[in-house]
Amino acid sequence: MRRFAALYRELDQSTGTLDKRAALAMYFRNAQPADAAWALRLLSGGKIGGAKARIASSGELREWISQASGDDAWLIEESYSHVGDLAETLTLLLDDPATAPPDIPLSEWIEKRLLPVANADPERRRAVIVEAWQTLPFDQRLVFNKLLTGALRVGVSQRLVQQALAEISGVDIARIAQRMLGDWPPTPTFYATLLSQEATAEDTSQPYPFFLASQLDDPEALGDIGQWNLEWKWDGIRLQLIRRGDRIALWSRGEERLDGRFPEIEGAAARLRRDAVIDGELLAWRDGDSPLPFAALQTRIQRKKPGAKSLQEAPVRMLAYDLLELDGEDLRERPLHERRTKLRALLDEHADPRMVLSPDLDVADWASARALRATARERGVEGIMLKRRDSVYQLGRKRGDWWKWKIDPLTIDAVLIYAQAGHGRRSTLFTDYTFALWQDDQLVPVAKAYSGLDDKEILSLDRWIRAHTLEKFGPVRSVEPHHVFELGFEAVNKSTRHKSGIAVRFPRILRWRHDKPFAEADRLDTLKALAR
Amino acid sequence: MNATDLVVATPSGLYCAVGDFYIDPWKPVARAVITHGHGDHARYGMGEYYSTRAGLPILQWRLTDQTYHAFDYGEAFQIGGARVSLHSAGHVLGSAQVRIEAGGQVWVVSGDYKRQPDPTCAPFDVVRCDTFITEATFGLPVYRWPHTSDVARDIVAWRDACGERGETAILYCYALGKSQRVLAELMAFTERPAYTHGAIETGVQVYRAAGIPMLATIPVGDQPRGTDFAGELVIAPPSAAGSAWLRRFRKAQHGFASGWMRIRGNRRRRNVDRGFVVSDHADWPDLLRTVRETGAKRVIATHGNTDALVRALNEEGIRTETFVTQFGEDD
Repeated sequence: MRRFAALYRELDQSTGTLDKRAALAMYFRNAQPADAAWALRLLSGGKIGGAKARIASSGELREWISQASGDDAWLIEESYSHVGDLAETLTLLLDDPATAPPDIPLSEWIEKRLLPVANADPERRRAVIVEAWQTLPFDQRLVFNKLLTGALRVGVSQRLVQQALAEISGVDIARIAQRMLGDWPPTPTFYATLLSQEATAEDTSQPYPFFLASQLDDPEALGDIGQWNLEWKWDGIRLQLIRRGDRIALWSRGEERLDGRFPEIEGAAARLRRDAVIDGELLAWRDGDSPLPFAALQTRIQRKKPGAKSLQEAPVRMLAYDLLELDGEDLRERPLHERRTKLRALLDEHADPRMVLSPDLDVADWASARALRATARERGVEGIMLKRRDSVYQLGRKRGDWWKWKIDPLTIDAVLIYAQAGHGRRSTLFTDYTFALWQDDQLVPVAKAYSGLDDKEILSLDRWIRAHTLEKFGPVRSVEPHHVFELGFEAVNKSTRHKSGIAVRFPRILRWRHDKPFAEADRLDTLKALAR
Repeated sequence: MNATDLVVATPSGLYCAVGDFYIDPWKPVARAVITHGHGDHARYGMGEYYSTRAGLPILQWRLTDQTYHAFDYGEAFQIGGARVSLHSAGHVLGSAQVRIEAGGQVWVVSGDYKRQPDPTCAPFDVVRCDTFITEATFGLPVYRWPHTSDVARDIVAWRDACGERGETAILYCYALGKSQRVLAELMAFTERPAYTHGAIETGVQVYRAAGIPMLATIPVGDQPRGTDFAGELVIAPPSAAGSAWLRRFRKAQHGFASGWMRIRGNRRRRNVDRGFVVSDHADWPDLLRTVRETGAKRVIATHGNTDALVRALNEEGIRTETFVTQFGEDD
């Protein structure tokens, strides 16, 4: 367990994703498969034991540590409330052993020592745990206690672990992600399959890499509009739906499996008469002609299993825009118009309101396209997509065939009120800003923005912030209201989670309004009037 | 409070009526006995200062020219009706406990203290007393210090690991006491000099003048513009964190040497990469041990996590209460 404890420590100490990934890769490269499988389980948020195999309850752990440390129960509670983490408290309350014992592998701790006493009488469970407390050095004791109290929570995403595994095995990350779905046993056999170069039966849920559009400023340069297929640019989640036989998978653009979260879509997919892989947009959409604001969809994204209320309040549908595979045949090299024709036929036949074609916009020239785009905001969309009619479905972001022509951002003039140091190379500079608008005679925070200033402006603003700090709250400084910035953003939604009552989408700094006194910054009411 | 109490808490500080003097007062008074040179214990504006001879250079550094009366450890002197002597507290160079004897009673005011070995100052001296006024900065059983030499080895390993990544290892330490102790402990594991922030170097010079052996130091400020500090250890005061001074270290990791670093949440709140558990205060086991060794029947806790200590000692049968003070909890 020494090496796993060292990995935990490294992950806990490093703030950079690259460092974490390197530490993970190093661990998995050298770990025995039995340990690697358990490490993977634990890093993925898995626990040992659980409700069916009790090893120690939180109450038992407190009682046992009280006996082992000689501290009264009230002192254990005081300590716990001071530290805020039970596993850490248990670790801190004991002195380290004078000599380190021989190392016992992680898998052996779990399989040979802990799991065999699961559900045994308390005395047997206590004996195993107290002996571990008395023999393990600090780092290992902490990890051991984390195993007992639940998840590791060490700031490592599933994706980061998968990147590390992809790096050491050469297996594609999408395939690794797919193989880690559902319930898998933390065994060497599973681990070997996970990193196997060979395709397995399970691999049929794998998505195609997404083709991404590039930003467009002026469509006139694209030539004849007849060459282009125009659709709305939806403000939802890009989704790839895979239906192959009885296997259904939903993948987000971040190559995350969304299975279980959107039963409406899975239900619709199950009813498809043919196997297909469809690229489209997931939107919250109740009735009527426009989707619900993105905030409604957001209530669904984090729910692994949405309840009836959530399903009713924010039902979702998929606006399909491309067909990548039909009846097992890869269509990505076929021209877009052909794929769309097949997609339309498939969906017409399917006739399910939860899965519909993202409609073509019928326009004769660029001027009418521009006029249509001007209506985007009131329709709840972000602008217009332009796709060359004969384009193939490429990988990643390749310029030329697919464009997103977004509406001009909304803008406000807001006052800088808080600043915080940035991360990485900006860690010694105040680069994370909070901006406010006027409500009566008060400045109410409405948006945070991190980008939009050039290096020279950042330096000069940093110096000003240091010299005009009013108060420090941990890493955050409040500054004198003085500087006004023009902020751009895509949309404003009503929000109960923000003090201002609104949430802005994708705020960024457009320019520093040196010319504008802060008293003349915009009012919150102006922004509220735009909220959907 | 009893009429016979030798020390009471007043708005100006801890006051000994029989001797008409204060101990580490926070408001200007005529006579102040100073336990040690940290800013929350030694302040400007007192008429006369009583201190240890070993601590005098520190007071002169921090408070400049004042009326000082300096005494050796254990040397008894009279202030008014009180017989006073200063005894080593093991906290920083020249730190003292104040022993006060009058009317057949002995009271000891601990100031800040620790029991761990520290090569830069005299060890804590157990002084038997009737009433012990103790600090309680780390008054919870989760605070238990590792051996400082182990921590010093970790600091050197961290510096070297930073070097392999082309980074500077910036270690935040309080300018008086902690920095010098760390520099002294590091000598066992490295000969490579450490770079110092100006505020640190001043304290280092005071310690060197007192004959304390420490790792060689080079002031960062003496280096030409553009100097590469990759792989070097830089000692800086916590106030330098986030300041423009750090910009000269292009790539750096940040560490903090403090007892508070025992708790992961403290390290995260400080936003440092590494926490090193080095404290100049007594940990929980040593707070209890010290109280017991003094033989005091009555204990008064002055600052820190006093609640748990007060309850634990009362449950043990030692009458314990608190004084409200303005002493800080920096470490």
